[in-house]
Amino acid sequence: MTIDLDNINVILATDCGSTTTKAILIEKVDGTYRQTYRGEAPTTVEKPFANVTIGVTNSVTEVAELAGRRLTNDDGTILKPAKDGDGCDLYISTSSAGGGLQMMVAGVIAEMTAASAKRAALGAGAIVMDVISTNDKRRPHEQIQRIRELRPDMILISGGTDGGTTEKVVQLAELIAPAKPQPRFGSEYEMPIIYAGNKDASDEVEKSLDEDWIDLAIVENLRPKLEQENLGPARDKIHDVFLEHVMAHAPGYDMLMDWTDADIMPTPGAVGDILQTIAKKDGINVVGVDIGGATTDVFSVFNKTFNRTVSANLGMSYSISNVCAEATMPNVLRWVHFDMDERQLRNRVKNKMIRPTTIPQSLESLIFEQAVAREALRLAYIQHKEFATTLKGVQQQRTVGDTFSQKASGTTIVDNMKLNLLVASGGVLSHAPSMNQTAMMLVDAFEPEGCTNLAKDSIFMMPHLGVLSAVHPEAASQVFERDCLIYLGTCIAAKGVGKTGKPCFAWSLNGDVTTSGTCNFGDLELITMGPEQRATITCEPAKGFDLGAGAGKNVSHEVRGGTVGLIIDGRGRPLCLPEDRQECQQTISTWVENMALYENQRQDEEMQEAVATA
Amino acid sequence: MAHAYTPGLKVTSRMTYQVVRMLPIKGEVNVKVGDTVEADKIVAATYMPGDVYPLNMANLLAVPPKDVASLMLHKEGEKVEEGEPLAQTAGIFGKFKKIYKSPYSGTVETISGVTGQVILRGPDIPVEVKAYMSGKVIDVNPEVGCTIENDAAFIQGIFGIGGETFGTIKIAVDSPDQTLTGEDLSQDMRGCVVVGGARMTDESIETARKYGVAAIVSGGMDDQDLRDFLGYDLGVAITGSENKGITVVLTEGFGDIAMATRTFELFKTFEGHEASVNGATQIRAGVMRPEIIIPLAPGSTEAEPEHSGGFLELGKPLRIIRDPYFGMIGIVKALPSDPHVLDSGSKARVLEVELSTGVAVIVPRANVELIEA
Repeated sequence: MTIDLDNINVILATDCGSTTTKAILIEKVDGTYRQTYRGEAPTTVEKPFANVTIGVTNSVTEVAELAGRRLTNDDGTILKPAKDGDGCDLYISTSSAGGGLQMMVAGVIAEMTAASAKRAALGAGAIVMDVISTNDKRRPHEQIQRIRELRPDMILISGGTDGGTTEKVVQLAELIAPAKPQPRFGSEYEMPIIYAGNKDASDEVEKSLDEDWIDLAIVENLRPKLEQENLGPARDKIHDVFLEHVMAHAPGYDMLMDWTDADIMPTPGAVGDILQTIAKKDGINVVGVDIGGATTDVFSVFNKTFNRTVSANLGMSYSISNVCAEATMPNVLRWVHFDMDERQLRNRVKNKMIRPTTIPQSLESLIFEQAVAREALRLAYIQHKEFATTLKGVQQQRTVGDTFSQKASGTTIVDNMKLNLLVASGGVLSHAPSMNQTAMMLVDAFEPEGCTNLAKDSIFMMPHLGVLSAVHPEAASQVFERDCLIYLGTCIAAKGVGKTGKPCFAWSLNGDVTTSGTCNFGDLELITMGPEQRATITCEPAKGFDLGAGAGKNVSHEVRGGTVGLIIDGRGRPLCLPEDRQECQQTISTWVENMALYENQRQDEEMQEAVATA
Repeated sequence: MAHAYTPGLKVTSRMTYQVVRMLPIKGEVNVKVGDTVEADKIVAATYMPGDVYPLNMANLLAVPPKDVASLMLHKEGEKVEEGEPLAQTAGIFGKFKKIYKSPYSGTVETISGVTGQVILRGPDIPVEVKAYMSGKVIDVNPEVGCTIENDAAFIQGIFGIGGETFGTIKIAVDSPDQTLTGEDLSQDMRGCVVVGGARMTDESIETARKYGVAAIVSGGMDDQDLRDFLGYDLGVAITGSENKGITVVLTEGFGDIAMATRTFELFKTFEGHEASVNGATQIRAGVMRPEIIIPLAPGSTEAEPEHSGGFLELGKPLRIIRDPYFGMIGIVKALPSDPHVLDSGSKARVLEVELSTGVAVIVPRANVELIEA
């Protein structure tokens, strides 16, 4: 469909999530696209409604009421084009309803083709249920058993560089055929299988998978050479299959597909697209995180390479107990600056898991939940760093100059020193009572180094803007910059470890704010600097500390203020907390005070009295 | 807004309840519409295709993959017994033949000329589906399963461990706020559904398991005890497939929390009745809670409306489900419409609750659940 971009003044976008459908309205105001109104309604893919368009119409109706603009026809469909103050010119949507896109991937070697296949699937916005490879330490019958148990929406098979192994690839196909995985949409569903491996093995793979329950698609090899990934064709095919098969089986999506002016995208895929668009436009490295109740998604763009990971069981409600189990309770409690009874806490965590919609009422409860969030984010970022690597298996050409270099293939491309922008979204980060809390959860969990801008997605509109960036990049970029991101400020942090109280770096700020100071190791300081203020910070690190130019070398950065301000972080990297509980509590207390984290909260004496009486 | 919908767990002394019993794959349904069945009746059965055993025959015989098919003593579709020769090399001048004996019984499913891999399919695995609840078969889906209906008292738990079971209801404590200990249990509770009051101790679960109790139901338990019982820390609330020899159901939550009086009284009313219990819990999209179903004789009492949540209204009884007032019972005293700043600093819509002690407290609406007095 051809869209005349010059004549688009009103854009309507929806994101159909598992529980809520969110609609936003974007309008051209004085020649610039701005997000103007927002509405939401429960998603209606489950019975008794079983039609996603009902939730869409409801959320759009809310927007229409707020905007004073009719956006739907009498039959609930979207009113287009915009005319006389009613309707819209463009309607787009994303979806993660019904659990999103669930995939199983397979490759010959776990660290090579299987890893590339996983990257392709995650990049397309899928949840990867399992990765099967010939070296995953499971015996073939165990692999078959696993495939049988899973209920994926589709399978991606890769393996072999072009001209490489055919036998191992065909062996994978031979495992999948007898396993006959049951799709979750019922026995009538033809299982889509995408083959993106060695082109020489295509015919044999086709023969092995010649079953009436399989719908096989063959695309270009996603790893044609060891040193080259070609994920585009596989990602595109995943997207096509998602629309043709998965969406077509979800209730009401055939109608919704007719309504939209562009293909419906999986929500995380759309978030990845907008971050890539921004990274490309500004020439920066970006990390984005979306922490939900069940999962945490981490997206990164470093040196134009995009990666996405989903930490399936790291979340703040359904998965809160798993975070505590994986991180261990002492690691969670190190972020809490007062004593808590561990037995009682364990019960509280489980009660949150079984009643996931409850919210923290007391300050104590909020602080504990934010401590859990720090650990969930930290673990998710570790998983992301392990996954976002240079290609493994590539032969290294070393020269004499590399004699002492320890660099190997497969090292992480995530470099916190080169990170320019860290974007937060998801309930615990977005709805924190104070933005200082959001900023500190980010800094403590991600440990940015050097100079890093911190921001949060104001109302979770990145998915909408992701799909919009595919249709109208200019509008997406304008709204992202003006309305989507709330800049929290900038974090200046030194890499290195020293002795508490000894000098870490001296700094001076010149510009809209002019001041200077010395940051000792272990210090954490907040400088007030408003959203519109800019300045240049010059840092003189002590020996062994690096702020971007190398250890001990002076460096200057342009910094922007924000709702929080400028964070001067001399706590060192990696960030280590005292092991002694008392000492740790004192350290955290100082940081909490310096960052004014919980200043606006009060401990309600009445509440404590009531508990005591009851 | 004076009304806000608040979820709650379903507890009712009589309702018409249906259970759908389905096979994972097509098979045979052993009942017909109108049949009356007991909980342990096998209503449908089938055979699942057996386990698959891939054998890399080319490697095992040390021959090229393309030669494997000609060396197989059993062709595709043929049955082979464990220990029976499955393939044999040509040898040298007809001698020194290498024979490979089948490590499993099964059927040769495929022989690949590309990889030299032979797929052996083990014997079919029988799958049986029991009625689970006694009642009348009201619908049969040929080759798939059936629907059984009965009048029943129904109690939904908040969290459980273990799958479907059934037994006679036995009350082990005197009051809903009494902790269930090992001393409250006895050997004659074998095969029963034992009901406690407040927290069940780890010792009570262990004793119940030792006595062969089918299921144990109580208000709460400590997470530490759950970890000891399971042998690991439960990360995600997806349960039902644990094989611990007993089904455990909590009606209220974790910690030392009394069973709701109404729930306890309902159990007392039906002491001695048969009950079907399922501990399976899934707290994700499409939530699944544990359940206790007590089938009833038709028409002995009037069906009552079920209580599974509703609208917050002045005077309605409720339970607070989050700290600092976790587990406390009270009534709705006021429903202010404006958002309130909580002690945590967050803004949320709240209600005023008059606790059973007479003290009034402010609580977020998200942190209460309606109960019946």
